[in-house]
Amino acid sequence: MNALVIRGGRLVDPANGRDGLHDLYIDGQGFVVAVDERPADFPAEHQVVEAAGLVVCPGLVDLRARVREPGLEYKATMESEVRAAVAAGITTLCCPPDTQPPIDTPAVAQMVQSRAWRYGLAFIHPLGALTRGLQGEQLTDMAALDEAGCVGFSNALAPVTDTLVMRRAMEYAASFGLTVFLHSEDPYLHGRGTAHEGEVSTRLGLPGIPAAAETVGVARDLALIEQTGVRAHFCQLSSARAVAMVAEARRQGLPVSMDVTAHHLHLTEHDIGFFDSQCHVLPPLRALADREGLRRAVADGTAAAVCSDHQPHEPDAKLAPFSLSEPGISGLETLLPLTLRLVDEGVVDLPAAIALLTRGPAEILGLECGHLGPGATADVCLFDPEAEWVLQAETMRSRGHNTPFLGWRFRGRVVKTLVGGRVVFDAGAAPATDRA
Amino acid sequence: MTAPDLQLDADGRLKHLLTIEGLPRELLVQILDTAASFITLAEKEIKKAPLLRGKTVVNLFFETSTRTRTTFEIAAKRLAADVINLNPQHASTRKGETLLDTIHNLEAMHTDLFVVRHPNSGAAFLIAGHVPPHVHIINAGDGRHAHPTQAMLDMFTIRAHKGDFGALRVAIVGDLLHSRVARSQIHALTTLGAGEVRVIAPKTLLPVGVERLGVHPYHDMRAGLEDVDVIIMLRLQRERMHGAFIPSAQEFFNLYGLTPDKLARAKPDAIVMHPGPMNRGLEIDSAVADGPQSVILPQVTYGIAVRMAVMALVMGGSPLPPRRPRRAALKEGGA
Repeated sequence: MNALVIRGGRLVDPANGRDGLHDLYIDGQGFVVAVDERPADFPAEHQVVEAAGLVVCPGLVDLRARVREPGLEYKATMESEVRAAVAAGITTLCCPPDTQPPIDTPAVAQMVQSRAWRYGLAFIHPLGALTRGLQGEQLTDMAALDEAGCVGFSNALAPVTDTLVMRRAMEYAASFGLTVFLHSEDPYLHGRGTAHEGEVSTRLGLPGIPAAAETVGVARDLALIEQTGVRAHFCQLSSARAVAMVAEARRQGLPVSMDVTAHHLHLTEHDIGFFDSQCHVLPPLRALADREGLRRAVADGTAAAVCSDHQPHEPDAKLAPFSLSEPGISGLETLLPLTLRLVDEGVVDLPAAIALLTRGPAEILGLECGHLGPGATADVCLFDPEAEWVLQAETMRSRGHNTPFLGWRFRGRVVKTLVGGRVVFDAGAAPATDRA
Repeated sequence: MTAPDLQLDADGRLKHLLTIEGLPRELLVQILDTAASFITLAEKEIKKAPLLRGKTVVNLFFETSTRTRTTFEIAAKRLAADVINLNPQHASTRKGETLLDTIHNLEAMHTDLFVVRHPNSGAAFLIAGHVPPHVHIINAGDGRHAHPTQAMLDMFTIRAHKGDFGALRVAIVGDLLHSRVARSQIHALTTLGAGEVRVIAPKTLLPVGVERLGVHPYHDMRAGLEDVDVIIMLRLQRERMHGAFIPSAQEFFNLYGLTPDKLARAKPDAIVMHPGPMNRGLEIDSAVADGPQSVILPQVTYGIAVRMAVMALVMGGSPLPPRRPRRAALKEGGA
């Protein structure tokens, strides 16, 4: 592999406090070796990527994306999804354990990583199941799963109803310094609900999920975090009240972090309109005041990451009455555009937006990625911040076309993506990986 | 996609009836007026108005029903349509066939109108969004969402007995949370300009923020019935005790059952309605159900005329005067 210079772009690297015109030097092994000043030993023979007019930032880190392998290949395959990911500037994905079988043994955890390695596109890091079979009863072999590459432990969307089991899981994880990723929700209050309990569920007669389902879950888990001292991350919080509870816990010094999904930052219950199943997501799209609360959390740093919560589905999964349709959005390809939209809407500035997709999630995962200082792996995303485009099903790369954002006009489009210094996506060349 | 987009064609005529929400007042009045013209028909010896001769109507009921399905069937037959009743329950679903597969198969048999009942909110919208333009859908009840023909027959009943909506105070009592009938009634009443709409139930049976629909909630039935002109009782499913919605049948009847002494709080000429089937002794006392103020049985009769009106309107735009059937249609319609 040739050494490479990315020249003349606007380098936005929040972890290293950089935002300005810089040249990025990448050596033949795929590491960043210098910014601006050409190292003396930099090979004379090297490739040059002209980046004038482009933003150059660390490859994006998506905290939660389902690639549907193993077991759900009828929805999407790892190959289709990692190709979609790199075309969207995402170079690292963290996948939850709710595959079939779940990631509750080292064998499955290793299989997921080795399959991803085979494609040589984006990195995939699995979360291990917190309980066996995600049943909420028996703990998994967490130390072995950690050894097998799991970056944290989660019960995905499945509840750990038994509070004592949750306490033990947290204590056990804390013993080895492992992070638990929580989808905090009271399963009884969730019940059979499929939409936010509020104006829209009342109008449409959809079974509701009250915001209290989330706040009760977060309150329980905060009490247990305090008791056990585990390092914990709250996933996809959807209500303003729950966000405020986490913010308060952080002020008191509890080792907790949180993320929000890109779609919760832009949509509300009203986007369901008349039963649009593309807006069927869990947790549900909530009221406008909740969306504003989430935006504040992103602006003030309470939420350190925005993720796609990518869930590609086959078309039939959404062709059913709202409550019978499967929840989830195919979100990889809108992660960067929706986050850049927050810049246009004045919620955050560009470096802060990039931080939410790079440094923030990388720190939560405890991974050495998401920055472009000397020594870093050269995972790089180059995008044209002015390019306008419209999301269309025909041009989506993910196998899942299930998204409520079809027809939305976005500003900012990925031009090139590098993983380990290698171009894995190039909008100017098709098919994408031929230049590898 | 908004409701009017899907329900009305470019000229503002009714194409599907999925919900009352968003329909213009004039259209509701047109349904009532058209139904009135069919009432006189029912008294004739030959009860036919062959507006739908040669058309095929499929009653597709994924949930059991006696009254609604029967009145739709009678209504379609009086309009001279060919009627097929299908009760797939969940048989097809168990075999792996999706709702849309079922619809597309029936569509291939040249169905003109589907009357659909389904246990999930939004089912009728889903179907209407996936049928070709010449196929029409009438929602006969979807989950907790809507039951527009029931609401319209209730409006017909109110207009027949009470006249102008603007002067009326209407109370809807009981399990509003799970009631598609109540949601449609509320939209119909507010669209037709009812003076005041009250809803009466404990908080467990009222959807959150119900006042946003333009109604006044009451938890005390006696206070809520004060001076009302119309009382609509809703059916309470007996299994609601298990979901902790109410403590017991006795307590519910004591607090929210319509008894003669509670009825006395309403205006002396107030009418009592119930969409059926009634639970006597749970939400309504027999003395009231069978009493002089009850219009529960006329509701059923009106139901046929209202369903005829809705079928005629969605299938042919304005049905009056009746169009002469075409020859080809006559041949097909013989069966």
